Amino acid sequence: MTEVLSRQKMTRRELLARSVAAGATFVVGSGFVGAQNAAWAMEVKHLQPGTMATLIQMARDIYPHDHVADEFYAAAVKGYDAEDKAEMVESGIAGLNAAAQGAGFGDYLNAGWERDRVDILRGMEKSAFFQTVRGGLVTGLYNQKAVWPLFGYEGESYSKGGYIDRGFDDVNWI
Amino acid sequence: MAAPFDLNDDSVVVVIGTGAGGGVLANELAQKGVSVVALEAGGRYLPDDYINDEWESFGQLAWLDARTTSGDWRVARDFSGLPTWIVKAVGGATVHWAGASLRFQDHEWKAATTYGPVQGASLLDWPIDAAEMDPWYTKAEDKLGVTRTGGREGLPGNNNFKVLEAGAKALGYKDVHTGRMAINSAENDGRAACQQVGFCFQGCKFGAKWSSAYADIPRGEATGNLEVRERAHVLKIEHNDAGQVTGVLYADADGNQQLQKARVVCVAGNSIESPRLLLNSASNMFPDGLANSSGQVGRNYMRHMTGSVYAVFDKPVRMWRGTTMAGIITDESRHDPSRGFVGGYEMETLSIGLPFMAAFLDPGGWGREFTTALDGYENMAGMWLVGEDMPQETNRITLNHEVKDQYGLPAPNVHFDDHPNDIAMRNHAYKQGSAIYDAVGATRVFPTPPYPSTHNLGTNRMSENPRDGVVNKWGQTHDVSNLFVSDGSQFTTGAAENPTLTIVALAIRQADHIAGQMNAGNL
Repeated sequence: MTEVLSRQKMTRRELLARSVAAGATFVVGSGFVGAQNAAWAMEVKHLQPGTMATLIQMARDIYPHDHVADEFYAAAVKGYDAEDKAEMVESGIAGLNAAAQGAGFGDYLNAGWERDRVDILRGMEKSAFFQTVRGGLVTGLYNQKAVWPLFGYEGESYSKGGYIDRGFDDVNWI
Repeated sequence: MAAPFDLNDDSVVVVIGTGAGGGVLANELAQKGVSVVALEAGGRYLPDDYINDEWESFGQLAWLDARTTSGDWRVARDFSGLPTWIVKAVGGATVHWAGASLRFQDHEWKAATTYGPVQGASLLDWPIDAAEMDPWYTKAEDKLGVTRTGGREGLPGNNNFKVLEAGAKALGYKDVHTGRMAINSAENDGRAACQQVGFCFQGCKFGAKWSSAYADIPRGEATGNLEVRERAHVLKIEHNDAGQVTGVLYADADGNQQLQKARVVCVAGNSIESPRLLLNSASNMFPDGLANSSGQVGRNYMRHMTGSVYAVFDKPVRMWRGTTMAGIITDESRHDPSRGFVGGYEMETLSIGLPFMAAFLDPGGWGREFTTALDGYENMAGMWLVGEDMPQETNRITLNHEVKDQYGLPAPNVHFDDHPNDIAMRNHAYKQGSAIYDAVGATRVFPTPPYPSTHNLGTNRMSENPRDGVVNKWGQTHDVSNLFVSDGSQFTTGAAENPTLTIVALAIRQADHIAGQMNAGNL
């Protein structure tokens, strides 16, 4: 799944030079979203970069794993940067930002505490937009092979001969 | 005449489906010299083709044709278009099954008599009993190479089993072991011993688990008496003016319609497709569907009382390593109404990988309550709960004329409401399952809702009286003497046990009966 992520070879300086300020979490520039430390960056073609940054934060707030880096959430929602999905996503994120403003924040990314953002999400939990994003993340996030080791999951075992000699019964605390 | 057979050859037995029922029946008939054409809706995948990846394998093997759901069961809400988790391939669900091979308990053949009247349930005694089935079970166990039967050793216990066993013993459960499994503990019948790969649900790449796909089907083909046509999706069963079936209309791999003539037709398309096919075969003579004078076709759909308990511990378990269903506790499978329900349930280890855990642990769940559960994945153990559910006339497969499949035929709607007995049993099982893990130090337990149904039973049920069901004790339809049902839809009641061994035993027995009746000139 991570191959969908466009890892642009940008130096930190180049990235920061091109960036404009958005929420504190991401660097958002013309046609891209990236990590503050330039660990990853993603080109966006059909969505506003700020929209993609908000979508990535929304993805993390739906399925928060503190040991899973943003690039995996970015990869999980990368597919929404498509011509036939852009309108739906722009509209959904606009609704999310409007809800954030209604709750007294400048926009969704400016709600600094997860608790506040989750309250905003709860208010739109039944919406088609929320359910589409949440449902897509179930496979988009957890079916990334690069994510599995972060949970200890070892994936396929046939090529290694199974676990018959590799600890199928190695639990030692029972 | 040797396979392949001509479409106009009306001497053949046509078997629809190649799973535990159809695949075994086709081979057994072929071994007896009967000419058989087996029509399989799916393609042929063998161990080299199976994929150690849950979603990719699901895309390869799962039956994903249009289906709809209704009723109060949670599957209708969580997976509205996917009521079942079964296979569309040569071998059917025997590619996917876990391998648990348990005989019914004696009393479970006589549920109506044993349990007495249960309000809202359409309980019925099977027209056969444990003594009748004993030799057929033995043949089935030998065919499948079931561990802990016929002198075969049990499988070694994996991590998930060790946790289950320790908890069970702490609670005082007595009957805890690594199961009677159709998974080789040693090389057997030309198939390898289990290498503890995991991914039993995705098809066993070592072939250590029995499947009709690579055990019975090639053996039947080797006789020259069996022709398997893959990607042949049966649309309708045809009959003559005398009310006897004469052939089967199917769409071939290219989508062209073909009519295979037949002397006998055996339906084994799983408990959703089998009644659907009979209903879709309605004619002027049989306006309510073939073999449906009783109105029972599609009714009494059972899917076992199911649920899971997963638990997180403070240390690693790595439950995915090794056999998926690696052990069993049978103490709760007895009939003991003092628990607040009739019938019983089995507790069997189960593990699913991270991708499926995310989909099935709490469908629709999100936020930290959900994600902290997955954060504990490496430290998780799990069990599946499977028990007898109550047959109900209103739980049924019907034709949904609003939704059509790829051939323009009405899709099946699967309606299911939990019976109060099912709910009481599930709650008891959740409590006991949680207690097992608590007894070995679980820090958190998850009573996990049912998955899409893997055990689909009862929609063409076997009955002594033609008024009460669709087939007689041989699986022969009450209405049409050369039409048989050969899968789990024959089940009169579901019992607590995983159904495959019983489906196989019934198929071996039915093959013996059909061949005998053909020789006697009665078919």
